Amino acid sequence: MMLYKNIIAAYSIMILLIIAVGVLQSWTIALTILNYCLISAVMTIGANIQWGYAGLINFGIMGYTALGGLAAVLVNVPPVKEAWKAGGLGMVVSLILIISGVYIIRTVLRKFENSKKKNYIVAAIIIIGFVIIRYISGPAIENIEAVDPAKTGFLGGLGLPIIFSWIVGGLFAAGIAFIVGKIALGLRADYLAIATLLIAEIIVSIIKHEDWLARGVKNVIGLKRPVPYEVDLQGSTWFIDLVEKFHSKKLDLITSLSERQDVLNQLVIDASSVYVKLCLAGLFLTVVIILLILTQKALYSPWGRKMRAIRDNEVAANAMGKNVVKEHLLIFILGSAIVGIAGAMMVTNDGLFTPGSYRPMRYTFVIWVMVIVGGTGNNFGAILGGFVVWFLWVEAAPIALFFINFFTSHLDETNALKAHLIQSAAYFRFLLVGIGLLIIMRYRPKGIIPEKINIKKI
Amino acid sequence: MDFINAIILFLNYTVIPALTYGSQLALGAIFVTLVYGILRFANFATGDMMSFGTMVAVLLTFYFQSFGISFGFLPTALLTIPPAILAMIFYMLFIDKFVFSYYRIKKSPPVQLAMVSVGVMFVTQAIIRIIIGPFDRRFFDGEKFILKANEFKEMTGLNEGLAIKSTQAITIFVTVIVVSIMFWFLNRTKTGTSMRAYSDNEDLALLSGIDPKKVVLITWIIAGILATIGGVLYGLDKSYRPFVYFNNMLPIFAAAIVGGIGNPFGAFLGGYVIAFAEILVTYAYKKFFTYLLPEFMEPDSLMQLISTDYKFAVSFSILVIVLLFRPSGIFKGKTL
Repeated sequence: MMLYKNIIAAYSIMILLIIAVGVLQSWTIALTILNYCLISAVMTIGANIQWGYAGLINFGIMGYTALGGLAAVLVNVPPVKEAWKAGGLGMVVSLILIISGVYIIRTVLRKFENSKKKNYIVAAIIIIGFVIIRYISGPAIENIEAVDPAKTGFLGGLGLPIIFSWIVGGLFAAGIAFIVGKIALGLRADYLAIATLLIAEIIVSIIKHEDWLARGVKNVIGLKRPVPYEVDLQGSTWFIDLVEKFHSKKLDLITSLSERQDVLNQLVIDASSVYVKLCLAGLFLTVVIILLILTQKALYSPWGRKMRAIRDNEVAANAMGKNVVKEHLLIFILGSAIVGIAGAMMVTNDGLFTPGSYRPMRYTFVIWVMVIVGGTGNNFGAILGGFVVWFLWVEAAPIALFFINFFTSHLDETNALKAHLIQSAAYFRFLLVGIGLLIIMRYRPKGIIPEKINIKKI
Repeated sequence: MDFINAIILFLNYTVIPALTYGSQLALGAIFVTLVYGILRFANFATGDMMSFGTMVAVLLTFYFQSFGISFGFLPTALLTIPPAILAMIFYMLFIDKFVFSYYRIKKSPPVQLAMVSVGVMFVTQAIIRIIIGPFDRRFFDGEKFILKANEFKEMTGLNEGLAIKSTQAITIFVTVIVVSIMFWFLNRTKTGTSMRAYSDNEDLALLSGIDPKKVVLITWIIAGILATIGGVLYGLDKSYRPFVYFNNMLPIFAAAIVGGIGNPFGAFLGGYVIAFAEILVTYAYKKFFTYLLPEFMEPDSLMQLISTDYKFAVSFSILVIVLLFRPSGIFKGKTL
């Protein structure tokens, strides 16, 4: 019971903080923070499954987030017909060649005995295949990228509602995680961290530089939202009536009719952006709650107990007949898929896909800080970590600015130190998050809401 | 004649840049490997620690320049390396005392220390950005070239010029000296031997009376020297930008692991392996083959294996391959 009190208290404080932002700054900012908090929470659920349940370090969060974003583009953007005509055939042939190449290598690896000859054969297949694929795909890619490069220059997607991309993003991430897991999961903890980080860098650099796929660093903008647009809302009568009713007291005080109309217009504009953000927040909250229920169920199921046994003592679990390798791979895929969903959600929220923005600092390390600060192995903790750290990450600059102004208030406006500090207020977020992590790791190594396992006593 | 032209071309565009870049990576990789071998954790703050040392050197360079102090035809930054090293060592020991030592004494698992180093990374990045800002800074001064391409052409009468930038020569020269002194220290002196013993088997080393505090202190001192010199050399050759330094951590890790983590000599060579691979795979061989092959066989494509966009990806792929087939690295790791 004590545990639940802590959780409720922590979450209430968090919600109060966000409401405080709404009152002090503006409701749009508060809801933007809330939406990102919810997306971060999905990411931390994914990372927590891997680290908290199974003790696997995945520093490749960035890569899976980017894959989720890619899925959003490929699902939502309408197909570019000219590009398909120009080079679609070449790309399809290349894809078939890659798949058949992998299949041939697999059969070679299975059929032949281990010998030098086998290695040479595999190497030869890879090199020849590479040359052939370059030969076929090269002109195709050039043709595709030449199709109206300012607007398209890529194959486009399926033209489906973006909501579907949340599932597709999860599948993409799961597929890549399967390959990465096969390669890297045998490694020791810190090697695994480095290997996953570097593989994520490879994934991001492919998304960045293969322009035919998703325009690369030229970015894709104007992805369609699953919720109404502000402009449409501002034009619809039911929404204006709703705003009028909501603010009727305030509006009644104004006597002049034209002035009243101006105030109402302003209120409608503000309310429309709040309404859109609320709709998104509702969607995101649904995802978070579904995932939370599923992960909680999994944590207290026999499977969850098995995972904890493997985490706490791999050798013993192995001796008890648990398939450690298989379970590690499974949980690696599951966690990565959840991160992929979060990636698609983030692109849905922004309405644009910017591969250049996927950097390890923001999408791997900050997420890890969230998991560790919140509480390793505890889903409520991980979600809380997502909220707290994202809140600090965004609000650090205003807080820092306040303190700088407070401590340098006796200094002159033109003082060089004061000007310099005010200019660099944005970087205090790194300091705040870093020191927060160090303090939590030192004095509360299990996080704000630690893992609690009820073991029944006989 | 065409053959010599081809060789010069190759030297100019691949070998010399790769040697320079490899030296910069090698210094960082030895730093990673030392920390991993003796302090036993993967230091994710590597790039930012190098950045910190470089920042001090950059600021001192600007300060010296404002007084009109220069180092003749050599860059002023070389003068600022010793004080920068002192600042770096001081910072590292400060961090060690207040952050890392607690976990070392408690004998925490390496993973926890790696996580702590992520925290240090955040803090260091914040300090750097607050002090110097995130912008690009060039602090190179002095003579730019040792050998200009035009001069070389006139001297030899060849079509292709060989240009050697002074930063390239300085990088390679300084790296050779620093690394030789370090290996002499590790292999020939008593302190160095005790460090290797500590890395090999901590308990045995403690039994034979090696003072762990001293070993840790010396490790941080060497790490500070390597980090600062590596960082300043990279900054002189390219330019100083905090974000780039953070990103450089990744190829440096790749170099350390490819060489066999915990093995300084492996890390040293690993730096060059990564650098050569990156540059050789992304170099466009068209001109090179135009010189070598008879006219009717001349290539019309760029003859580039992978576009330069994938420079980083190449080194990471090498790392993945090495991890798959020889997880202990090319040279057996985990001994110092």
